[in-house]
Amino acid sequence: MKKLIAHGAITVDSLEKSPGRRWTIMEKLFLGLSFQQYITQALRNPLNWIFALIFAVGIPIILGRFFFGLSWVTHSSNDYPWGLFLGFGLFGMVPLSSSGFLLGTACEIFGRHDLEPMERLGLLNGLLGYFFAVVFLMIDLGQPWRLPYPMVVAFGPAAVLFLVAWHVSTYLSVQIAEVSKSFFEWIGFPIGIRAIRKITLGLTVSGIILSTLHQGALGALFTYAPGKVHPLWYSSSFQWIHFFVSSIPGGLCMVIAVSTIAGKTMSWRFDKRFKDSLDRITISLAKGASMGLATYLTIKLMSIAHDNKWAYFATGWGKWYLVEICIGVILPMALFAYAIRHKKMAIIRFSAFLVVVGIILNRLNTSMFTFNWKLSYREIPHWREIVICVTVYAIYIVVYRFILYRLPIFYQWRTEEEPALAYAAETCEEPALAYATGTESTALRNTDAVAP
Amino acid sequence: MKRRDFLKGCLISGAAASLGPPSKSWAVGSFEGYPDAMGVLVDTTRCIGCRSCEAACNKEQNLPEPQLPFDDTSVFEEKRRTTENAYTVVNRYETKDGQKPSYRKMQCNHCNEPACLTSCFVNAYTKTKEGAVIYNGKVCVGCRTCMVACPFNIPAYSYSSAFGPVIKKCVLCYHTRLKFGRPPACVEICPREALTFGLRKDLIKIGHERIRATPDRYFDHIYGENELGGTSWLYLSRVPAEQIGLDETVGNEPIISNVKEFLGMVPMVLTIWPALFTGFHLLATRNKEHGDDHHNHSEQEDGKK
Repeated sequence: MKKLIAHGAITVDSLEKSPGRRWTIMEKLFLGLSFQQYITQALRNPLNWIFALIFAVGIPIILGRFFFGLSWVTHSSNDYPWGLFLGFGLFGMVPLSSSGFLLGTACEIFGRHDLEPMERLGLLNGLLGYFFAVVFLMIDLGQPWRLPYPMVVAFGPAAVLFLVAWHVSTYLSVQIAEVSKSFFEWIGFPIGIRAIRKITLGLTVSGIILSTLHQGALGALFTYAPGKVHPLWYSSSFQWIHFFVSSIPGGLCMVIAVSTIAGKTMSWRFDKRFKDSLDRITISLAKGASMGLATYLTIKLMSIAHDNKWAYFATGWGKWYLVEICIGVILPMALFAYAIRHKKMAIIRFSAFLVVVGIILNRLNTSMFTFNWKLSYREIPHWREIVICVTVYAIYIVVYRFILYRLPIFYQWRTEEEPALAYAAETCEEPALAYATGTESTALRNTDAVAP
Repeated sequence: MKRRDFLKGCLISGAAASLGPPSKSWAVGSFEGYPDAMGVLVDTTRCIGCRSCEAACNKEQNLPEPQLPFDDTSVFEEKRRTTENAYTVVNRYETKDGQKPSYRKMQCNHCNEPACLTSCFVNAYTKTKEGAVIYNGKVCVGCRTCMVACPFNIPAYSYSSAFGPVIKKCVLCYHTRLKFGRPPACVEICPREALTFGLRKDLIKIGHERIRATPDRYFDHIYGENELGGTSWLYLSRVPAEQIGLDETVGNEPIISNVKEFLGMVPMVLTIWPALFTGFHLLATRNKEHGDDHHNHSEQEDGKK
């Protein structure tokens, strides 16, 4: 894509290709390239070949799961009812998707407009993470076509999972509404944009409520199994707080990780505003993540002290617990502290990846590795289970990339009234104002509008 | 305009919050079990491991014939668990006192406050007044949380079925016998009278009476009398319960007690968060005329305000 742009290809960033001529839907879908160019650039990308290979193997296996049953793709264990689909797909992906509500809250509630260039990435990351967590759930459920049952057929309001089901589905619609703003801009549907803008505050506040509850509820699910989850990973009083608090650095670091990968692979899609503010916002997010990690570590230790579980540290499980905490919490905290102070972007980004790995490791530990610690055997997932996970994750990446290439996530949509060029010009004149140029320019325009 | 936005925001978040489920708080409090609940007293000192209860269960519940016949004792070589094809299994335990091995029958213990029931989000489980924990496969979605929640590792799942997998477990022969006042098939067939069927409260008395009458035959404890809030199946044994594979670390609180702290927090978040965060919003933006505006708004729109 970079080469094509160098050769004069124009990227789609507004409704009109040239004055008076609108982009057609097909042109938008092909990123403003001709069909020929589009196919060539897609074939040139080695990643696409890897994806093709994964899909060739994985998609038949996913289909097979629905025709031959779960016993064909898993070891159908009665002792380990939850395998990788939930351990990785649901419990791992949901905390990494808290970015939607975190950035939404920061921008819309706390008025941190300086984080705004990253807000849409946060929202999209949240939406896709949740959506694919539900995809994983659909694969894991015995009778996925009955997924709406807790809403319409039979109610078990005493169950934590009932809460998760309601909140995840409600939150998914909230997130679709939040992200649809970019989509409406892209297809040119101003009524939709205005409608969403009006309800943004309400959407954001309900996002916080729903997220607090279901992030916590995923942890609370394990309080049903006090004898099965290893005591170091179990806490009747703190389990939901552990899951909720760890989702905060998880979500923030996932956004840093995604923007890092995007910076390496699709920087052509970044506009000047995003490029200029990326490092600054990354530092802000890393600061937030550090605070989250510090809180998480404190609560983790408090729960150990609360139930007096120090003796377990002498066992092998205890060492594994320390490994998890070191990789996912202590090491990134130390690196963040050093790197934020010295503005070492590479280290910040690396630590963000560490946190992401640490969160996934924690969820896998809770749901699989240390689950049934009293039983004599550990369950190793079936190879087909692993292939399905890799395939669904690959689909997730492809969809993610598809949207990032097209919708105004990394760039601002240019409209007739407010050409994004104006922004570029302003920053050139006053680079020192880069922080708040956006807000201030609106402020300036606003006063202009009011003054006469 | 701003106030209207604020009120609207409150309304929407309130509406979203009201979509959330009510908490469990109305159903908490301790439940001692139904007064007329039936149960079974298992006297493991009488059990000889003949497996006729397994055979009777298999026949009563129309389960597929097992690979090895029911009189084959080689199955005792390993510890088995309940599966979709066997709702009850008998295991052999070498005990520490050097005497003959003990046998223990394993099946759903029909808790007074079942973990499976409280963890089910479609209410597929019912604790009947006769004491049985029965299951409705017609609403089961297949999340298998009940299997995670069951402290005895009892529910099994028919994974092999692609289009209608359900939970498989002992239902105390509720539909075919218990409902009509008859004892479960396994109890009826037991040749050693190791299984006694009766009112749970009577069985506890019988158990204590046996311990009192022959104290050297029994370890002084009825497993299931208090464990996890009490179970309908009760066990007497010569040795401490953990030596015959019963988990002594489960405690006397029902599983739901561990979840109550979270469930109690839910209404707090639902009611406090909207006000709290809308308040934060007002504080954070109070000095800005256009606090909730975005700098990618069009000029025209901002002009209108």
